[in-house]
Amino acid sequence: MKKVVKITSLVLLSSSLLVGCGGNESTDEAAATEESQQTEGTETQQAAILEEEANTYKEFAMEQLDQFVLETEQFVEAVKAGDVEKAKELYAPARMYFERSEPIAESFGDLDPRIDARLADLEAEGQEENWSGYHKIEYGLWEEGTTEGYDETADQLLNDVKELRAKVETVEVSPDLMITGAVDLLNEVSTSKITGEEEIFSHTDLYDFKANVEGAEKIFEIFKAKLQEKDTELVGTLEENFATLNDLLAQYEDGNGGYVSYEELTDEDTKALSTAVDELGEPLSQMAVVVE
Amino acid sequence: MSEQNEKNMLGKKISRREMLKITGIGSAGIVIGASGLPGILNAFGANPFVDDDDTAVNKIKFYGGHQSGIATPIPEHVYFVSLKCKAKTKQELKEMFQLWTNQSAELMNGRFVEPLSDNKLMPPADTGEAKGLDASHLTLTFGVGPSLFENEAYGLAHKKPKELKDLPHFPMDQLDPQYVGGDICIQSCADDPQVAFHAVRNLIRSARGKVTMLWAQTGFNSYPKSKNKKKETPRNLFAFKDGTENPHVDKPQDMNDVVWIQPGESKGWLAGGTYLVARRIQMHLETWDRTALQEQEATFGRHRDSGAPLGKTGEFEAMELDRKENDELVVPEDSHVFLAKQVKDRILRRSFSYSDGINPKTGAFDAGLLFLSFQKHPKQFINIQNSFGKEDKLNEYITHRGSALFACFPGVKKGSYLGAELFQ
Repeated sequence: MKKVVKITSLVLLSSSLLVGCGGNESTDEAAATEESQQTEGTETQQAAILEEEANTYKEFAMEQLDQFVLETEQFVEAVKAGDVEKAKELYAPARMYFERSEPIAESFGDLDPRIDARLADLEAEGQEENWSGYHKIEYGLWEEGTTEGYDETADQLLNDVKELRAKVETVEVSPDLMITGAVDLLNEVSTSKITGEEEIFSHTDLYDFKANVEGAEKIFEIFKAKLQEKDTELVGTLEENFATLNDLLAQYEDGNGGYVSYEELTDEDTKALSTAVDELGEPLSQMAVVVE
Repeated sequence: MSEQNEKNMLGKKISRREMLKITGIGSAGIVIGASGLPGILNAFGANPFVDDDDTAVNKIKFYGGHQSGIATPIPEHVYFVSLKCKAKTKQELKEMFQLWTNQSAELMNGRFVEPLSDNKLMPPADTGEAKGLDASHLTLTFGVGPSLFENEAYGLAHKKPKELKDLPHFPMDQLDPQYVGGDICIQSCADDPQVAFHAVRNLIRSARGKVTMLWAQTGFNSYPKSKNKKKETPRNLFAFKDGTENPHVDKPQDMNDVVWIQPGESKGWLAGGTYLVARRIQMHLETWDRTALQEQEATFGRHRDSGAPLGKTGEFEAMELDRKENDELVVPEDSHVFLAKQVKDRILRRSFSYSDGINPKTGAFDAGLLFLSFQKHPKQFINIQNSFGKEDKLNEYITHRGSALFACFPGVKKGSYLGAELFQ
């Protein structure tokens, strides 16, 4: 499976070029380059076979992030205009574009936290004063009921989002990133969305939940044709399990294109959702047969 | 976990799951014996029939007339889990038990459930935490609950024995719905807690989507080492010996009388099987610990340290229920042992203590007994439990919180699978 290593090395190279090398990263890069030199021609061919899939995914991510920039612009506008209600309305739907394409957004180690860090993450590191991004404004909107004092945060958020969009152009998307990304999206759901810890003030966790699932499903859709050749049964199982989870989520739609507050969910509800995510995640992690 | 998993003769591995599909083992009734064509089959990197590996260290046999984990010695650890079954058809259910059959045999050989793939983008096929540990006397015991037969999708209603139904409400029961019932149970016992847990974890993982976990309970037993290396009866958390009067697991007659269902005694698929009663019994350690020794001993009807019946000195001396001193019964008639002796029924107790942190409501220990017993008919347990009724002095110190009844399949013949008699 050296081809996998080869693909990984491309990602490492490209991301480290973009964000600069940390000490660890350069070591990884050296190791990966060394390994990639051992790969052979046939494997490069196989990697090329999935190039189309990788390109399709990159296009999808760019579309999502294009929209993310537009929606963030509107959100930031509302914040700066002091329109709390409007900003609250725009908050969760705007974030969905980011959540859908998170495997790519995460490639940029410093941008992701600047846009999406939760207070709890920073508190743990004693970095509260460096808090920025969507969740900081979420705190203002829902906890304090104001946008006052958040102009600077709003401006920086828009700059960061635009920077993210610009950098994505240069990302080398690999099947590895896609496969790992799909599972990571569900892991995100399992560890923070299903516990209500992502949107601790707005309780709009189900929006992120849905977007993460859509992001994972998109990757599956892209691989589907190739996957069908490797394991038909797996495709059937994944289709079925995505449908089950989506049906379950649909029960919590609020009738206005959005989702009910996380606070309305009972323990039974979160257990059912969590089970459906785990049942989808297990076969989803088998999607790696696509590179064989 | 032995290196035998690493066989890779054609440079291509086929997972056991795939192999099952290819050979159609079980469903088509194809039986490939141990002496079949192991070399060729191994060339596929997976053998559709996993045999007991007698060279494995600290191994208990998977195959045989009865399931393991019943007559086998009680090890130090248990992970007991009750499952809800979500399989959509009987076929799916059967395939799950076929997969579990091979995986159980591998696990009890102290190996990975499945060989690891060469594809490093795949999560490992085995979760791996038992690597480097031997089989640790792992036993896996599978049973089915009454609710499984009520699921019309499986068409098993006609195979449900009439005695397989929820246990009746007993006088002092205060059951918590969180610890009641289940469609399927797995009792995983081992001398190592990680080996016991690893087995359940991997079985559940491979059946994800077909089962969900309803409740689970870990438990432990500790054995004082006696001079002749014979295992002594373990003590429960009240410090009393538990299991003294068990039937002799190595005497077939005793086991046939008490535990193993004989042909004609129930539905045909259960011949060689048994009933498992699981009760999660909370023990109020704080109140017990402020009780005088004399009162503690009167509660059980035995001496604490020796385990002997009251008024005697040896653990295994016979109980004399009629014996009086100063016009009073030596063994009080409201003692646990006295009441248990009022019924002729016997059961095989295989209990474990548990300690689950603290009760959030009271701040007291959440500790007690995972009572597990095996008997050929649930009424053996029911009669004994009813005899305790409201009188049992022990009631003051315990509360039954969990309850479930399962019918355990007979043992698996080589080439067959768990529950074959029920599902075929």
